[in-house]
Amino acid sequence: MVSRPVRAASFATGLPADADYLLLQHEVEQLLYLEARLLDDWNLDEWLTLYTPDARYVVPTTDLPEGDPQCDLVFIDDDRDRMAARVRRLQSRYAHREYPSSRTRRFISNVMVTAVDGDEIEATAAVAVWRFRAGESAPYVGRYDVRLRRVDGRLRLCGKRAILDHETLSDHGALSVIF
Amino acid sequence: MDVGSLVYDRPDLGKFRVHRFALVSPEIYELERRRIFDRCWLYLGHESEVPEPGDYARRVVAERPLFFARNRDGGLAVFHNTCPHRGALVCRTDRGNAHVFRCFYHAWTFDTSGALINVPDIDGYGPDFDRGQMGLRSPRFDSYRGFVFVCFDPETEPLRDYLAGAAEYLDLVADQAAGGMRVVPGSNRYTIKANWKLLAENSIDGYHLLPTHQTFFDYLSRAAGAGGRDMATLGNRQGFGRSLGNGHGVMENDAVYGRPIAMWHPCYGEEARAEIQSIKDELIARHGLDRAVRMCEKSRNLVIFPNLIINDIMAVTIRVFQPTGPAAMDVTAWELAPAGEGGARLRRRLDAFLTFLGPGGFATPDDTEALESCQQGFHSGGIEWSDLSRGLQREPRGNDELQMRCFWRRWQSLLAGTPHVEQYERGLPPGAVPKATPSPS
Repeated sequence: MVSRPVRAASFATGLPADADYLLLQHEVEQLLYLEARLLDDWNLDEWLTLYTPDARYVVPTTDLPEGDPQCDLVFIDDDRDRMAARVRRLQSRYAHREYPSSRTRRFISNVMVTAVDGDEIEATAAVAVWRFRAGESAPYVGRYDVRLRRVDGRLRLCGKRAILDHETLSDHGALSVIF
Repeated sequence: MDVGSLVYDRPDLGKFRVHRFALVSPEIYELERRRIFDRCWLYLGHESEVPEPGDYARRVVAERPLFFARNRDGGLAVFHNTCPHRGALVCRTDRGNAHVFRCFYHAWTFDTSGALINVPDIDGYGPDFDRGQMGLRSPRFDSYRGFVFVCFDPETEPLRDYLAGAAEYLDLVADQAAGGMRVVPGSNRYTIKANWKLLAENSIDGYHLLPTHQTFFDYLSRAAGAGGRDMATLGNRQGFGRSLGNGHGVMENDAVYGRPIAMWHPCYGEEARAEIQSIKDELIARHGLDRAVRMCEKSRNLVIFPNLIINDIMAVTIRVFQPTGPAAMDVTAWELAPAGEGGARLRRRLDAFLTFLGPGGFATPDDTEALESCQQGFHSGGIEWSDLSRGLQREPRGNDELQMRCFWRRWQSLLAGTPHVEQYERGLPPGAVPKATPSPS
């Protein structure tokens, strides 16, 4: 008789798919859903609080999705200070591409915890952000690679690399919302 | 509508207007394709994009698919991207390296110089088949200081003559590093739903800077802290607009932000001061004080007619736009950096680009919004003409519109087939070298 493992290992991490793992998966999903809701609600001040002070937010260009902000041109390479500046700009009424603000709806799916290394967790998710404004509608479609860390017992984002699947921003003209 | 009367050009009356028909009409767009884009030298790419033998990159220029490559001998080759056999695209990826180019349809194979080197079952073509006549076809092309241009009209003057006074401004970019400049990997590609000429105007428009980009200057001031410049002085910065001949124009102004070459700004942090100074010292040694200071401390927004912008501002960007109709254009923008630059210097340069430029920058999205807003406004009616008379009756300053009028005068003469007459207004004539005021370094 062939013995079978009681619990399957999680596909991406090889960690046992036990209750801790399921809780972590749930927690990561809920954090990404919360981020999506805060951005859709234009609650940008609260959105910032989901990120650690050393956080980095990077969006590579569409023609170089593997782009490294240290040596390649990317669309966005924000540390926490510039994330705050981005929020201030979007709230100012003078970010003309987003005033009046667009309506957005973010869909997060295919969330997978891919690594757990000490305090730091890595996860990936598929994302679609529908944006509606001035008679136009276009989705931004792509993938998030996120790094997370527990701060005072709560899971926080310490890095997000948001990779667009588009060949060009032909339907959008800009990346004026937070992707 | 008479195509010769779309630009109302009366410096004597202080009036310069462009009829909005020029910005919305499909008929005008078709005329532009034939009389401007089929005749002018058009930017294709930068030599640094294909450094090694076999490197290639593909482009669409004026709706024509093209590609360029470094051949085995180290020379540059530019090809129409169509198989001489039955028409399929031969190059079907954006960039890469290849020993040969093979059309996937019938497997005709060409070397990196375009020669047809293999035809499957060639015997089927009989003895009169001349392989030498069936290679890839090249458009006319030439390069200046690494900037590669194509031209689809054999009658057009040579590139160097076409560039006229703009060549000096390309020199001011190319000379920034002893080892030459290179295009940084990664590009901005986006579409603007507006007439292409609006982006030419916008890219050399100093007047819109404060109202449209208030949030950018707010960011700079905050990032700079107490050491930042009072933005109220921005409107008084020294600068001028200038005709460079053949429709090319430039605005050259005191920089109101840091410049990686080589003007320190509090945003860069104290630790960058010494390095910025060493870059500047090297430039002074190489180019003399006046030219080096001009390279370091002036920003330059250059339009090379019809669709190339080189903006040497808080970063150096090449921006080219391909119209796809009267109210749409595909924009591609790249960043230039000294070929050997790396480490903190390159990071500072990349960061400077991102703050203002690109689809995720703190300024470019608002330009896109402005242009699309204009395009929508044109359909309101009630107003037939747009006004570009700013500075017509004074020494043109950097936030005046002389450089746009140069563009439009060339556009009008090409479209109507009338002789192009340079209107110098009160600005510097092409060829005059503006005096840079050296400031304490």
